[in-house]
Amino acid sequence: MGVLVVAESPKGQLKKAAFEAVHYAYLSAKNLGGEVIALVIGESSDAGQLGTYGANKVVRVDYNGGFDSGVMCSIITQVAEHVGAHSVILNHSSTGKSVASRVAVRLDAGLVSQVNSVPTKDGDAILVSKPVFSGKAIAHCKIEGPKRVLTLMGNALPPAEVGSTCPVELVSVDVPTSNVEVIEQKTVEGVVPLPEAELVVSAGRGMKDPGNWSIIEELANTIGATTACSRPVADTGWRPHHEHVGQTGVAIRPNLYIAAGISGAIQHLAGVNSSKCIVVINKDPEAPFFKAADYGVCADLFDVVPKLTEAFRKAQGA
Amino acid sequence: MKLLVCISKTPDTTAKIAFTDGATKFDEAGVQFILNPYDEWYALVRALELKEQHGGTVTVINVGGSANDAVIRKALAIGADDAVRIDTVAASSSVVASNIASYAGENNYDIVFTGKETIDYNGSEVGGMIAEHMGLPYISYASHLDHDGSKATVTRDIEGGVEVVSVTGPFVLSAAKGLAEQRIPNMRGIMMAKRKPLEVVKAKETESAVSVVSYSLPEEKQGVKMIDPDNMDELVRLLKEEAKVL
Repeated sequence: MGVLVVAESPKGQLKKAAFEAVHYAYLSAKNLGGEVIALVIGESSDAGQLGTYGANKVVRVDYNGGFDSGVMCSIITQVAEHVGAHSVILNHSSTGKSVASRVAVRLDAGLVSQVNSVPTKDGDAILVSKPVFSGKAIAHCKIEGPKRVLTLMGNALPPAEVGSTCPVELVSVDVPTSNVEVIEQKTVEGVVPLPEAELVVSAGRGMKDPGNWSIIEELANTIGATTACSRPVADTGWRPHHEHVGQTGVAIRPNLYIAAGISGAIQHLAGVNSSKCIVVINKDPEAPFFKAADYGVCADLFDVVPKLTEAFRKAQGA
Repeated sequence: MKLLVCISKTPDTTAKIAFTDGATKFDEAGVQFILNPYDEWYALVRALELKEQHGGTVTVINVGGSANDAVIRKALAIGADDAVRIDTVAASSSVVASNIASYAGENNYDIVFTGKETIDYNGSEVGGMIAEHMGLPYISYASHLDHDGSKATVTRDIEGGVEVVSVTGPFVLSAAKGLAEQRIPNMRGIMMAKRKPLEVVKAKETESAVSVVSYSLPEEKQGVKMIDPDNMDELVRLLKEEAKVL
């Protein structure tokens, strides 16, 4: 019996989210007992490095078809039974969220999604917490029964190196037929996707025109941040839809969120208020966002943003 | 087409979040409840558009007590043909999903819609659970959906972009922003909603492995520290040395 953790490896590349999930599984296994088995679905040449973050063993399944939650569920539950998993851990990502609920039903396990704490034992049950009400509260949950499925919130617990590379076992499973066909994927290349980003620079209507975004991009590039935007900016087509953070857009939890020219409506805050540090740049001293910020700069963003970029550059050169 | 839309009742986005009974219950005092926006703006409206295009029916389904009838009537006012309420406490996503799946399983829907998540528990769990119970494909985070009567083409939001998939036969879909535009119910719709059928059925499944033991509020922010706009070096220093985020 042990903890099975699904390590996402899109296009054969293990992501930081995979290291987070494996390390979380390692911490969970300490409390719940058993080994940590990491599951890699598809190609991967360096799956053994998951041992560094706490996996005792990697199970790899060769599947190179497109994403279908039903197929993924079938693969994961077959491996879970093969290794005798009492817990299954996935990332709270578009993939993990879509699959975890199916896995929970098929294994007859209790599901808590978007967990942000390491589970502890409470008799035969386990206790684990998760944010609710868009980060405005935390629910402390109890899962009864012998099996459970958890999805781990991104950027909640940093991965740490605790061991060395581990063996990789190739396991074959039955892959069911699928009614879902992936036609194409359109994703931005070369940048960290928003839900995984540690540093985010975001801007809103205060930018006045989409042509002004170069100062935001320059700031983001200087510190290696991902760019984001507020809802009105995405709705008017100034910025792409996938950059919209907030209640109806992407919910993020970076270490640093810099917001320029965003007033901080409650719907925007719902998507960003779990950020560890928030910097707000706004010329309106009454902007509600200042109340949710750690650091504020009350001035014209067209003046402040280039100065901030320059200050970061100077600090990097020092 | 025969379409089923799962709807939830949630506190309004601006509701004050507080708890009672030793922090074990959400404090409903003074809270305004609404139809979960993802269910209302995107799932329900796209279902109505498909009905307008292909003909058929749109049924809304909710799990909960009679206090939910107001939001169910709102969905009927927006245009759903009829409604079903499964009469039990929506104790967890598994209770909600198993009851909806057992009802839907007897009624052969072409598409079962959910919102991508509710804005209170943010679980994103119910859609996948329904799909698994029913043995159907689950297409999550849909921001665009076309259906030619037998085959659907769906654009799903994924990290840093989108994925386009096609699906044949019945399926479960979770709706994200972009799938449709919000519709405001008009007076005629509100009057008609009062006469539309709302069937109350008994729950089959009420046990859940998951429960909430207590709630807490996150640590409050220390308060904002204002920085001199002419001293961005100081902000960088604070981010490095005080906030330690660089």
